[in-house]
Amino acid sequence: MNLLRLAWKNIIHNPLTLLLNLILLALGIGLINFILLFNTQLKQKFENNLAGIDMVVGAKGSPLQMILSSMYQIDAPTGNISIKEAKPFLRDGHPLIKKAVPLSMGDSYRGYRIIGTDHSILELYGGELKEGKLWQNLYEVTVGANVAKSESLSLGSTFKSAHGFNDDEDLEHEHGALTVVGILEPTNSVLDQIILVSTESVWSVHDHDHDHEEENEEDSHVGHAHDDHAGHDHSGHDHSGHDHTEHDHASDHSSDHAGHNHDHAEDHSGHNHEHAHDHSDHSGHDHSGHEHAHTDDHRNDMSRAHLLTHADKDITSILIQFKSRTNFQALNMPRNINENTDLQAASPAYEINRLYDMMGIGTKALQWLALLISLVSAISIFVSLLNSLRQRKYELSLLRVLGGKPITLFSLILIEGLILALLGYVIGMLLSHFGMSLLGDSLSSKYNYQFQPWATHGKELLIFGITLLLGMGAAVIPAIMAYNTDIHKNLSVG
Amino acid sequence: MISTSSLSHSYNSKLRFDFPDISCNAQESLLILGQSGVGKTTLLHILAGILKPTQGEVTLKGTSLYNLNPNAIDKFRGKNIGIVFQKPHFIGSISAEENLYMAQKVATGGADKAHVKSLLDQLQLSHRRTAKTHTMSQGEQQRLSIARALVNMPEVILADEPTSALDDVNCQKVVQLLDEQASQVGAALIIVTHDNRLKDIYSDYVELNNAIS
Repeated sequence: MNLLRLAWKNIIHNPLTLLLNLILLALGIGLINFILLFNTQLKQKFENNLAGIDMVVGAKGSPLQMILSSMYQIDAPTGNISIKEAKPFLRDGHPLIKKAVPLSMGDSYRGYRIIGTDHSILELYGGELKEGKLWQNLYEVTVGANVAKSESLSLGSTFKSAHGFNDDEDLEHEHGALTVVGILEPTNSVLDQIILVSTESVWSVHDHDHDHEEENEEDSHVGHAHDDHAGHDHSGHDHSGHDHTEHDHASDHSSDHAGHNHDHAEDHSGHNHEHAHDHSDHSGHDHSGHEHAHTDDHRNDMSRAHLLTHADKDITSILIQFKSRTNFQALNMPRNINENTDLQAASPAYEINRLYDMMGIGTKALQWLALLISLVSAISIFVSLLNSLRQRKYELSLLRVLGGKPITLFSLILIEGLILALLGYVIGMLLSHFGMSLLGDSLSSKYNYQFQPWATHGKELLIFGITLLLGMGAAVIPAIMAYNTDIHKNLSVG
Repeated sequence: MISTSSLSHSYNSKLRFDFPDISCNAQESLLILGQSGVGKTTLLHILAGILKPTQGEVTLKGTSLYNLNPNAIDKFRGKNIGIVFQKPHFIGSISAEENLYMAQKVATGGADKAHVKSLLDQLQLSHRRTAKTHTMSQGEQQRLSIARALVNMPEVILADEPTSALDDVNCQKVVQLLDEQASQVGAALIIVTHDNRLKDIYSDYVELNNAIS
């Protein structure tokens, strides 16, 4: 029967007081840690995915939205830009640009975004093949580690992409079943949760759909590429049924892409493009021969030069690394682009900091609330210790009579405060990590972002120290009072 | 064993108690009688090392109690003096048995389980050893309080009004129990009381008659 045990028994002797104290303390600590945990992991996610990208170029709109969609696979893209507009950034030999990665978005599979791009994207995120090979030919995909794992995709798996970014089977594309040819190693970056295809594949999937639309509706459904859908609401948008009479897609876009289905035929007049000219033969939707025709060499050509030949095709955005971050011209480039072109350029670091700032207000408010709760809990511990002291004055005198020194009583009360603090800390930590795992689940189902809810961070030790101080602070005055117990007086009364 | 010389205590200029010299050897019993307000509790607290007297000294086992520093007095008391209070006070959060262990722990830092067990047996408390003290009857509480006074095998047992709330039969029993137990551990027993019934039992008594001036 030592002091620690006695302190513990004293604490649990009053279960309701204990409960109240613990709820308050755990709530305060839990909330503080939850905020820290979430902020830390979110920042980590954002920073891991900065990947040395200095600038993103895309269609005009919200710069933050463009960054979020292009770099973090959150939110819809701002629109599309034509290859013609993008050409200055994508061609080799730009004096300021080290690397430029074109992105084409618009489709997804089970909520995982399909990104049309070339192999240069791997260098940004340090992506390496785990098995298989990189995407090359039309409809070949290489998938990120998380995608492969959660959708149980292996080499040779095939799936059909869906239009838009929601997991909605109604929006499935009729054509162009994609085949997994490679799986990437985990990179702990956004690369883990995307599906990589060639830009040509993205165009092709959409070309097909529109080919059929044209068959059914003899209207001028021109230039209806995948990109026109970006940023639009596609709920109930039935692409597979070919019933588009109620949708006026032509009004949805202003750029002139007339006859885009035949673009490549024109650009590559030397090639034999039978398929491009015989759409009328496709009634009945039998495309077995069709797909063959598409495996023509040029459609499997992923070179930048080849991409640039499609001057009036669209991509979504370009991720850009500068040769030098301190170069004056490079620093001015986003502003020049925004002022002098129809494109929009934004700096990820700047936009993400803006996002932190915006989140910061809410975070701050929550933090203050958490601090307030912690303070109230300290007061509650203080008051309950003081009350118990009054009720236990005989007990404390008794301990002295039995041979206990004043410091023994001081220690007893202090230990009681510390035990409360320790319990509050443990429960608070469990609460915060449990909360994080709930939030992580919801975020991962919504955005496919994986969090590590049970990972600790350095500040948890700091919180531990502060909690102990809190417990000690609440207990020290009652402990001093116990130290000064006047046993003669206490035992003389009654 | 325990003796006092020219003890006197003043709470203030108006309230002053002078006490006759007393002494009590091992295996002996001493009854200190006095009506309310004559300083019975004051004397008991002085004897127990709880209250430093204004004058005089208490000698126990050759040690002058109030020459020790306060911490040493606490330690000395815990080891050598067992006290039975008028109202039995216990630590409410722990069981009867644990109260005894706690008394051992605080006084000596150790635990003598065999001794605790035999005490509980002798005082017919074995069946209540895991009970919280507030669930025990008054008689059980008083016996437990005696057990606690004995648990460290003290040299002196001080009993403060141990019988005042009891009927004649139980009064007899408690006094008998105290005597038995005190002589078993070879301790001096000092009973401070206003209960005149005890005069018939103890031939040797000191009467306090401080007049409140």
